[in-house]
Amino acid sequence: MTARERLAGGTANFIDERTGAAKWMKKTLTKVFPDHWSFMLGEIVMYSFVILLLSGTFLTFWFDPSMKEVEYEGSYEPLSGVKMSAAYASTLNISFDVRGGLLMRQVHHWAALIFMAAMVIHMMRVFFTGAFRKPRELNWIIGVALLTLGIVEGFLGYSLPDDLLSGTGIRIAEAILQAIPVVGSYLSYFLFGGAFPGEVFVQRIYAAHILLIPGIMLALITVHLMLVWYQKHTQYPGPGKTEKNVVGYPLMPVYMAKAGGFFFIVFGVTAFLGAVASINPIWIYGPYNPGQVGAGSQPDWYMGWLDGLVRLAPPIETHAFGHTISWNILIPGLIVPGIIFTLLAFYPFIEQWMTGDKREHHILDRPRNNPNRTAIGAMSLTFTLVALINGGNDLIATHFDLSINQIMWFSRIGIIALPPLAFVITKRICLSLQRADRELVLHGRETGRLVMLPHGEFIEVHEPLSPEKAYLLSHHEQNPPLALNSEDAQGVANPQGLKGRVRSRFSRAAQEQVAKPTPKEVLELEEGHY
Amino acid sequence: MNPLLRIFEKLSRYRRHKFAGPALLITGLSLAGIGFSVAQAATTEIQQITTSDKASLIAEGKEIFARGCSSCHGLNAEGAGAAPSLIGVGAASVDFQVATGRMPMADMSQQAMRKEPVYNEAQVAALAAYVASLAPGPAAVTNEELAWERSGDTALGGELFRTNCAMCHNLAGQGGALTQGKYAPTVMGVEPRHIYEVMVTGPQAMPVFANTVLTHDEKLSIIKWIKHAENEPALGGAALGRVGPVTEGLLAWTLGLGLLIGIAVWLTTKAR
Amino acid sequence: MSNENSGAVEKLSDPGLPEHVQRKTDVDPRAAKKAERQVSILFALSAVGTILFIYSYIWIPEDTFIFLPITGTTNAHQLFLGLGLAMALFFIGMGAVHWAKTLMPDHEVVDYRKEQRSKDEDRAALVATVKEGAANAGLGRRPLIKRTLGVALGLVGLSPLLLLRDLGPLPGDELTKTNWKQGTRLVTDPGDRPIRPSDLEVGGVAQVQPAFPAGKVRHLDDIAKDSVLLVRLRPEEFNLDTERLSWTHEGIIAFSKICSHMGCAVALYEQTTKHLLCPCHQSTFDVTRAAKVIFGPSARPLPQLPITVDSEGYLVAQAPFNEAVGPSFWERDS
Repeated sequence: MTARERLAGGTANFIDERTGAAKWMKKTLTKVFPDHWSFMLGEIVMYSFVILLLSGTFLTFWFDPSMKEVEYEGSYEPLSGVKMSAAYASTLNISFDVRGGLLMRQVHHWAALIFMAAMVIHMMRVFFTGAFRKPRELNWIIGVALLTLGIVEGFLGYSLPDDLLSGTGIRIAEAILQAIPVVGSYLSYFLFGGAFPGEVFVQRIYAAHILLIPGIMLALITVHLMLVWYQKHTQYPGPGKTEKNVVGYPLMPVYMAKAGGFFFIVFGVTAFLGAVASINPIWIYGPYNPGQVGAGSQPDWYMGWLDGLVRLAPPIETHAFGHTISWNILIPGLIVPGIIFTLLAFYPFIEQWMTGDKREHHILDRPRNNPNRTAIGAMSLTFTLVALINGGNDLIATHFDLSINQIMWFSRIGIIALPPLAFVITKRICLSLQRADRELVLHGRETGRLVMLPHGEFIEVHEPLSPEKAYLLSHHEQNPPLALNSEDAQGVANPQGLKGRVRSRFSRAAQEQVAKPTPKEVLELEEGHY
Repeated sequence: MNPLLRIFEKLSRYRRHKFAGPALLITGLSLAGIGFSVAQAATTEIQQITTSDKASLIAEGKEIFARGCSSCHGLNAEGAGAAPSLIGVGAASVDFQVATGRMPMADMSQQAMRKEPVYNEAQVAALAAYVASLAPGPAAVTNEELAWERSGDTALGGELFRTNCAMCHNLAGQGGALTQGKYAPTVMGVEPRHIYEVMVTGPQAMPVFANTVLTHDEKLSIIKWIKHAENEPALGGAALGRVGPVTEGLLAWTLGLGLLIGIAVWLTTKAR
Repeated sequence: MSNENSGAVEKLSDPGLPEHVQRKTDVDPRAAKKAERQVSILFALSAVGTILFIYSYIWIPEDTFIFLPITGTTNAHQLFLGLGLAMALFFIGMGAVHWAKTLMPDHEVVDYRKEQRSKDEDRAALVATVKEGAANAGLGRRPLIKRTLGVALGLVGLSPLLLLRDLGPLPGDELTKTNWKQGTRLVTDPGDRPIRPSDLEVGGVAQVQPAFPAGKVRHLDDIAKDSVLLVRLRPEEFNLDTERLSWTHEGIIAFSKICSHMGCAVALYEQTTKHLLCPCHQSTFDVTRAAKVIFGPSARPLPQLPITVDSEGYLVAQAPFNEAVGPSFWERDS
């Protein structure tokens, strides 16, 4: 035995004698993970979270979450002698008087933006491939919870420096809170320790930002990953892949090297952004003062859609019996986002209700093979995109010489008109793609070569598909829509009538497909066609 | 043989070359463009102002006004239609509007844009003298007489800018949107005298910041802060337009995610 | 158009996993050596990155600047620190991935799934265990225990809620009050200089705060409610009823600067249109009609501060605001 083998053996023995971990370790190291780039999007999220924890911890060593008024005495001249909160002053200190401080601040903020962006793209991948279906509905709900927490965490994070831009955002958040009926003004006074802005909110959101929310997120991420581990990852359809197997590479050594390497790559790219691209230059914004504001004030992108919704809301407020309800704030700020996130979280069950499909699914859908779901996804994205663009309407106006009033009207109408349009167009495109697949399987690939037959006819040579490709294009399931018996054999009306009729209507929409080629049709063709 | 003919002979060998057509077109367009610019430069040789004494300055100014401004502002600067009256606007307005190229206005769109000035400094001074002679108004200033470097306070200037200017011109002075397609332009790259004059005269949609409200020294501080912000290097890296979270988010999605997804694709592709 | 006769039977047959394709590094030892060299170079580059990072941290002064295309003039210390860190991390990753792709075995492995659902015997055993455990706890037979346990657990949850009471004072009527009273002088912000009507030109604006008595310090809390914008128009440009007109003075009109929508500072005054624009959500207010909302999501005009001049000729408030300033809230009755 070599020295290395002796050392490794000794260590393994030490651990196994105390935990009995050998069997589990063996199973773990040989666990199989399917390999596809779209499965790495969740990894980007996870690694960004780790980067946030590391860079964030660094920042906590210097940040002072106090709102006590101080006079700035650091090295940034243009703010010399200016009165500001200790939180803002300590952020300036980190940026200019701590070596590597500005780098870490920027790495932290870029990591946050990438964290949220990767989360959205990962969610889109899971949605469009149907990976949220049984048994993974719970994981989907955890994901939606993580998305919500991430948005709040990011908002609180960039509000910690107490600068003019983020302070304006806090003012708007306070207005949403205050607008809540009955308890609004109390909630606001309790959160801010009195009137806005008060002297305590930075330290309170600090506790939430560095402890409470990351703690909850860490717990949810752990459950999220454990479920993926235990339920085994889904895989794309293809030859050799079935609902009962997982095809891929083992954890050791391939996956460890690739996934571990990818962590360093994500960290490296984030650090690169932190090195070359300025982000959140709070020294230009100045300390927060409720009597000041800057043109073109926007929240970070993941809150931009909320800002856009608030901007395009009609000016509706009701006054009755001495009380005011601000619908122009509550609807875009709380009610609509609440409905959207609830629908999002429960979508797996909504789809189950529409299709009646309660089986386990481990093979992913190609988006075109589920036109209804893909169209719903496109519709939601369109809605969010219109809201997001409207959130930047003043910047768009200045940079493209447009009028904010016109952009606002475009968004007001567009947010109602464009999503259904996107739904219809996407669904039709999916059905066309299905038709194209069907043609490919039945007639083969058009090679573009023309051949003249002996009797004078010109034909284009079609190359038959390989069995692997043919299998890929035709393996998917196509189930009939749910049928409802409105009356039974004796003519008695079904008491579940209305619900059932609605359900079967949705089901018909959900199951709209182009019929895939059957083996019989393929055989018929092979006999008499090219 | 005539050398010119020899050249033509050589060239005509390429007359059926596939790039002959486009090359001819580009040559023709370039010649036309160059010719036009030369001709224009030649004809816009407006006569130079030779005298500097006040009375003749006013007279010169009146002449320039009659030729270049009266068609919109009226023969006696009384204003007509969209063009306001210039009586009482003072030399400061003229110096700002004309020396930044805003006037004469290029097109009758929402507001006058900063562009290449049509008149040189002496002509602007003449115009200013003429308009100032119509009625008392704010006087023009020169860069030299504004002792902003000595008397201005950068930190105070920043505070003043954020209170009085940032809501239109953006926290970093990059400009902002107003209603109906109007905009507050960037304050970067503007001469100190023009910054001063613009606050005093309040052109178009911009309000007036009189010296009784925003004192002379406060204005100098604002100028000092603007000049500092203009010359401040991007301390953290590429400034991304200094407009904030919108461009930052765009970069995170395009460069950040783009790079990472590209690398993920490479990572999962089988090696050859 | 759904297919009635679809199902597992009708699929085209599964040809099975594709044949494994050898990589160049699998067959050619020279290619494998080349890949090994490439991986080593990548790891070495990472080391170079760390050296760059250390060098920058210690030896590049923090106030050196360097000009680069695209980024412009930027802080060299910051830039090279970051580039060094980025290199150090990135190339470890690239090396590891390249190593896995070219040199580690790339045979696909097949693992098998179990159905997530437990076997029926296990489910039955669980049900039996739970039933037995519940019977042993005896809650069913001892309703008094069950009820008092419920009461105790419910009550204990209330204590932490009550602990949160001192998070902040009750709002009372604070949201309806500002520091503006009858006779309060209008002073410039910043500067605290009192203002005469003649100080303001037609078309001019002034950022204004209420004058504080000597010794009283102005806090951000006060600014968040007291901020006022003074605008001067020609008196004939107003389109106001008699009462509101009496709140102006010689064409000067005063509005709360705190937006009635969500509280941003509204001071973007367009001299030509006489409109005030809030940059946050683009609510637009018409100054000539007492800040009536003409565009955007705000549902209420900006509160108007009644002003006049005092005996020394300085602008003062006639009275406090007649309504609460800032965003709406439940108890607001107008």
